[in-house]
Amino acid sequence: MTEEILIFLGGFGLLVRTVSSEFWRRPFEIRLIIEQIFHVGSRSLPLILITALSTGMVMTLQFGIGLAKFGGAPYVPKIVALSILREMGPVFTSLMVAARVGAGMASEIGSMVVTQQIDAMRALGTSPIRKIVVPRVIACLICLPLLAAIANVIGILGSLIVGTNELQLDPQFFLLKAVTTLKVSDWTSGIGKCVFFSLFISLTACYFGLNVKQGTKEVGLATTRAVVVSSMLVLIGDFLLTKLFFILF
Amino acid sequence: MPALIEIQNFEKSFGTKKVHEDINLDIRQGECLGLIGGSGTGKSVLLRSLIGLERPDRGQILVDGIDITKLTEKELIPVRKRVAYAFQGGALFDSMTVFENLAYPLRAHTDLTPRQISEKVMKLLSDFGLAGNDKLLPASLSGGMQKRVGLARAMILNPDVILYDEPTAGLDPFNTTKIQDMILRLKQMGKTGILVTHDMPVAFKVCDRIAMLENGRIGVVDTVETILKNQDHPIMHFAHGEVA
Ligand SMILES: Nc1ncnc2c1ncn2[C@@H]1O[C@H](COP(=O)(O)OP(=O)(O)OP(=O)(O)O)[C@@H](O)[C@H]1O
Ligand SMILES: [Mg+2]
Repeated sequence: MTEEILIFLGGFGLLVRTVSSEFWRRPFEIRLIIEQIFHVGSRSLPLILITALSTGMVMTLQFGIGLAKFGGAPYVPKIVALSILREMGPVFTSLMVAARVGAGMASEIGSMVVTQQIDAMRALGTSPIRKIVVPRVIACLICLPLLAAIANVIGILGSLIVGTNELQLDPQFFLLKAVTTLKVSDWTSGIGKCVFFSLFISLTACYFGLNVKQGTKEVGLATTRAVVVSSMLVLIGDFLLTKLFFILF
Repeated sequence: MPALIEIQNFEKSFGTKKVHEDINLDIRQGECLGLIGGSGTGKSVLLRSLIGLERPDRGQILVDGIDITKLTEKELIPVRKRVAYAFQGGALFDSMTVFENLAYPLRAHTDLTPRQISEKVMKLLSDFGLAGNDKLLPASLSGGMQKRVGLARAMILNPDVILYDEPTAGLDPFNTTKIQDMILRLKQMGKTGILVTHDMPVAFKVCDRIAMLENGRIGVVDTVETILKNQDHPIMHFAHGEVA
């Protein structure tokens, strides 16, 4: 187990180094990047919408029922909006993307290794890092914060629906409360974390995909590992980054 | 003729399994060298090492006097443009059409306009008897066609050296003859070639010399002329299936 972790850290570090040296190299692979943005965005959007909507609704219901006992229902918009923007939106979005997109990337790249397509790229004098990894990293960097922003809005919408229908709050009061309590820093800390999460997800998926050696069985293993490890990185990273942001800002 | 590629004291293991003990072999400018040996003797591993896809544990591979085993991925790019490897299984990009597969190296390494690329790809496709298949995905081609597309893709940057990894395995007699003629034509154009094959008639037809891998070493290497004259030659025994 410790050996595996050390191998992962070493290999992951090497990958990060190569990717950062290839990242700014021109010309940019615009076509490949757009293709990946489409994949990451369209693959995840429906899932993100459902997750965000139900999270917002459930949280409102739980808080609402709990707080109503003490006459605290009017505080629900404030609490729910804050937790969605700072935590639930970014983290749930990242976990969903890790599962959906991370698994897709790891298995796709793994199959390319098994069918020698990655070797073929190298044999033709091109870099798989440049053609495969960098476009995926850039696509995640662009899509994940956007998806999280959408999730935030949809989450608050879900909260609004339950708040007005179940908790009998006035919709205008609800929105006013939600909007006025939120500060710009609530948005930026949530979305800022997504930038890091997108790196965790895309690089981990590419790492496990590229490290498939032989055989389709390994592709399945790589896919599972990519999802498990990137989800763990998102959760652990969330705590550390939250702590860091509190210290910095 | 001078040696273009020199393999010296080449040694390679995977885990505890030693594939190559000590390989020493010269490939001369303009010749076609046949490389034979039983399945799993490491023919593909040796070819892959010649363009830096595998790194030896020990030994050198000199291409034009430069040891390529010490080069980084970036430094290997000129070598890989010069020495083309036609993969045993084709190794086509399965998310790209046949056309895109062939255009890929041109887009990466040349400044040709889309129109020039298209002309070049179409010409090569018809040379390989693949005209009209440009819009298909690799998955919808037969194995033999995939192999020919792979060969065409390896050829498109006009390399000096071509490494053929069992180019005729699994092909019908008609396509085998076609590939064989293609290899001969490239040889007449002055290209150097290494042909890994189990198909001895093809090897005897196109090669100048044949080398046989045995127990991690080059057991025998001899000119085809000498081999064919001597029915008792070890390579003749291999050809007749008398040794593994
Ligand atoms: N990446 C790898 N990891 C572990 N073992 C490998 C790897 N690549 C090759 N081998 C082993 O090296 C040996 C030689 O493989 P290679 O593919 O070169 O054989 P070959 O001579 O080309 O056989 P064939 O005629 O069947 O194509 C095999 O035993 C194979 O199991
Ligand atoms: Mg082989």
